[in-house]
Amino acid sequence: MRDVAVIGIGMTKWGELWKKSLRDIYVETALLALEDAGIDRIDSMYIGSMSSGLFVGQEHIASLLADYLGQLPVPATRVETACASGGLALRLGLMEVASGMSNIVLASGVEKMTDVGGDEATYALGTAADQEYEGYQGITFPGLYALIARAHMQKYGTTREQLAKVAVKNHHNGLKNPLAQYQFEITVEAVLNSVKVADPLNILDCSPITDGAAAAIICPADMARKMGKPLIKVIGTGHATDTIQISQRKDMTWLEATYQAAKQAYAMADKKPEDIDLIEVHDCFTIAEICVTEALGIVDKGKGGEAVEAGLTAMEGKIPVNTSGGLKSKGHPVGATGIAQVVEVTKQLRGEAGERQVKDARVGMTQNMGGSGGSSVVHILERE
Amino acid sequence: MSTPSRYWREIPQRYRLEANKCNRCELTFFPPRLLCPECKNRKLEKSKLTEKGKVITYTIIRVPPAQFSDQAPYAVGIIELEDGVRLTGQIVDCAFEDIKIGMKVKLEFRKLFEEGHAGILCYGYKFVPHGE
Repeated sequence: MRDVAVIGIGMTKWGELWKKSLRDIYVETALLALEDAGIDRIDSMYIGSMSSGLFVGQEHIASLLADYLGQLPVPATRVETACASGGLALRLGLMEVASGMSNIVLASGVEKMTDVGGDEATYALGTAADQEYEGYQGITFPGLYALIARAHMQKYGTTREQLAKVAVKNHHNGLKNPLAQYQFEITVEAVLNSVKVADPLNILDCSPITDGAAAAIICPADMARKMGKPLIKVIGTGHATDTIQISQRKDMTWLEATYQAAKQAYAMADKKPEDIDLIEVHDCFTIAEICVTEALGIVDKGKGGEAVEAGLTAMEGKIPVNTSGGLKSKGHPVGATGIAQVVEVTKQLRGEAGERQVKDARVGMTQNMGGSGGSSVVHILERE
Repeated sequence: MSTPSRYWREIPQRYRLEANKCNRCELTFFPPRLLCPECKNRKLEKSKLTEKGKVITYTIIRVPPAQFSDQAPYAVGIIELEDGVRLTGQIVDCAFEDIKIGMKVKLEFRKLFEEGHAGILCYGYKFVPHGE
C-alpha cells in the first residue's frame, strides 16, 4: 500500500444557508480544496451524504456534483453510513489512492438540511435508527442518546453538570472558529435551564441542524512531497459496525464500533492513545463525546464525565478534544461532519488553526459516528 | 405513506410477540432473525416473548416525531424481559417521576399512533407498571 497525504482542504462558513442550494454549497467548498491543493483535476471523488433524498428530494448526487464541479466524466461515488458518511468517504478515497488505482481523489461530504421543516428533519435523522423497532415506538434521535445518557449516569455516576460541561467546552472552542455556526459562549446554567428535548438531554446538549460541506484532496505521499506540500499523512484508518438498535447491545453505555474502529486505526498507525495530540470526535449530543473518549481509550471506561469536568479534554488540557467547536458549536450537516473533522486536524497539524492552534500538534485523530453508534470511522493523521 | 404490507408483515411480532431462538446458543431474537449472529445456525425455533420485565433505562420525549405529536410528553424506555430479551417501547399508566431504573413492568397491547386521517391505526406493545 502507498502512503497517502492530505494536500488540500476546503470548508466555508456553516449555518442556515437559505440562499444556497446543495450544489452551490458543495461546489464552493470543493473549489476551496482544489485551490488549496493547487490542482484543477482529480481522478475520482467520494461524497458522504446521509440523506439528500429526504432533505432535498435529490438522489444521484454523485454525478450531479461531479458535473457542477466541472469534473465530468470522473468516477463519483456517494457513500452513506448515516452521520458517519463523511468519514467513510475519506476511508474509501484512501483505499483507492493507497491501492494505486488513482492518484488524486476528492474526499468530501455535504448536507443541506434547512430545505425541510422541523418535522421532516426529525424524520430524516430518525431513519438512522431502527425504523421498525425504535422509530415505531416513538423514540427520536435525541431520545436514543438520552437512553444512553441515563444508563451512563446510573452505571458510572456521570452527572448532569458533566454533560453540560461538554457543550460549554465545545462552544468555548467554537468561539475561535470563524467557520462555526454558533460562535458564542454558553454556561453550565444555560445548558441546565435550556428547553428539555428528551430527559436528561436539553436543547443545548444537542448539535444543531446545519447546511454545509467539507472537502479534502488526497494523493500519494511521494507526489505531495514533489509538489512541495506540507506533508500531512493519513497513517491509520478504521471502520466498524454495531447493532443499530441500542437495546440489542450488551452494554448500552459502551460504543463497541468506535472501540473496534479505533483499534484498527491505532494498529495501522502504530500509535497508542497517549501519542495523540488532539482529537475531533462526534459530539452529536454531549453524552456522545463522553462515551467516545472512553471507547477511544483516552480515558478509562466510565471516566468520560470526570475527564471533561477536570479539563483533561479542554484546549489547554492534556488532550484537546474538538478544538473546532465540535458538532455542537461548529454545526452538524451530517454527511459533511466526518470530512470537517479532517479539515480541522489538517489545519492543526499544518499550524494554521489561528487562535485555537494546539501547540506543537503532530498527531491528530478523527472519530465520526453513525446513528446511535451503529457505525464508526476513525482516522489518524500525522505531520511528517 | 407506505403500503399496508409493511405494517401487516410485522403483525406477528408486534401483536403476538413472536420471536425465535437459537437452541445452541440459548439466545432469543426479537424481531425474529433468519440466522443466529453468534453461531450462524439457520435452524431457529419459533418462540414467544415473556411479558414481564424491568426498566433498564428511559427518557421522556418532549419533542416528538410528527405522528406522536398529540401524545408528547411521553416516556420511552428499554426493558429487559425475564427471558433476557431487550426491547424499546413506551412506558405508560404512571407518572414520570415514578419511573425508575429497575422498575417492574409488563407488556400490554395498545394503540401506538395513527397514520393520518385515512391511514392505518398502528398497534403494538407498551409497558405498564406491574407489581409492588
